[in-house]
Amino acid sequence: MTQTEMMQKEWPLFEVFIRSKQGLDHKHAGSLHATDAKMAIRMARDVYTRRQEGISIWVVPSSAITASDPADKAEMFDPMADKIYRHPTFYELPDEVGHM
Amino acid sequence: MTNPVQAGAAGSGAHLEYVLRLGDNALILGQRLAEWCGHGPILEEDIALANIALDLIGQARLLLAHAAKLEGGIRDEDSLAYLRDAREFRNFTMLELPSGGVSSAGAMNPDYAITIARNFLFSAYQCALWTRLADSTDAQLAAIAAKSLKEARYHFTHAADWIVRFGDGTEESHRRAQQALDALWPYANEWFAEDRIEAAASMQGIGVTGASLRDAWLAAVAPVLAGSTLARPRDSSFVSTGRAGLHSEHLEYLLAEMQSLHRAHPGAVW
Repeated sequence: MTQTEMMQKEWPLFEVFIRSKQGLDHKHAGSLHATDAKMAIRMARDVYTRRQEGISIWVVPSSAITASDPADKAEMFDPMADKIYRHPTFYELPDEVGHM
Repeated sequence: MTNPVQAGAAGSGAHLEYVLRLGDNALILGQRLAEWCGHGPILEEDIALANIALDLIGQARLLLAHAAKLEGGIRDEDSLAYLRDAREFRNFTMLELPSGGVSSAGAMNPDYAITIARNFLFSAYQCALWTRLADSTDAQLAAIAAKSLKEARYHFTHAADWIVRFGDGTEESHRRAQQALDALWPYANEWFAEDRIEAAASMQGIGVTGASLRDAWLAAVAPVLAGSTLARPRDSSFVSTGRAGLHSEHLEYLLAEMQSLHRAHPGAVW
């Protein structure tokens, strides 16, 4: 069996996102194999919400995700290291302003 | 000690017997499904089946604890589960059949088509049953029914999904699913056959007759079969006798495995 044939036999991978409670965001919980999205939801329920971890599940085919390249880390993220003025804590608020 | 079987005909006897049956059904199918643990066709299904098995064992614990109370506290849930012999078990015959199929020799040759077809047929029955028992005059049973209904609905969704995929899948999956359905279908007759315990429990408002569940069961099962391209098996007059304590030869083997630890180490706990 060639490698492509083996890959075709394996079920596609889905990324699973779980919302733990109302008002919170869906968070990446992990991934699993399923033949389609409907099955992936069912399996995500069994694999990732067995201990009441969630009230809502999203699944996304892993192949639909475009990721940044770790090799680009330096040019992608390092320039932000010295831009401390982008953090709200950089600014001193006059007392009159109170809480923002 | 009062034997619940002998007390069966009288009022409170029927109540106990009725609850015992429900508990044994959940326990025995739970044990059969638990045999898949670590042997599932893929990791995710392995976990799904273990979840379903644990749902059923949880139901069995509640029901057997309730039965023990109705019996008067002579025994507890553990002695009911682990210290009765095959003839004292009240589960439907279909639920004790090996996961490898009706004529299979044991648990070591499991067939996913049989496992799923059985879960499909039985969870549809359980959905109809728990819906009705949620209104039982036995408040404890009504509470167990309300909890179990949610679980049964998921079991049905899970199994029905696979039935459609098998039926509408490859030539082999279709053939094996049809074979499993054909083999199991006659064993469902027992669920709907007339029975004096059910009649008595129904008179008291505690339980319902199986016959009154058949329409709801068929209404759940038939559309899935139609969508799966699998043929609805022909009806027959065969009626198995598990709920009366007359079982297939397979139950003894199941009990031997399930009860060996407790019998060797009475009272053993985790």
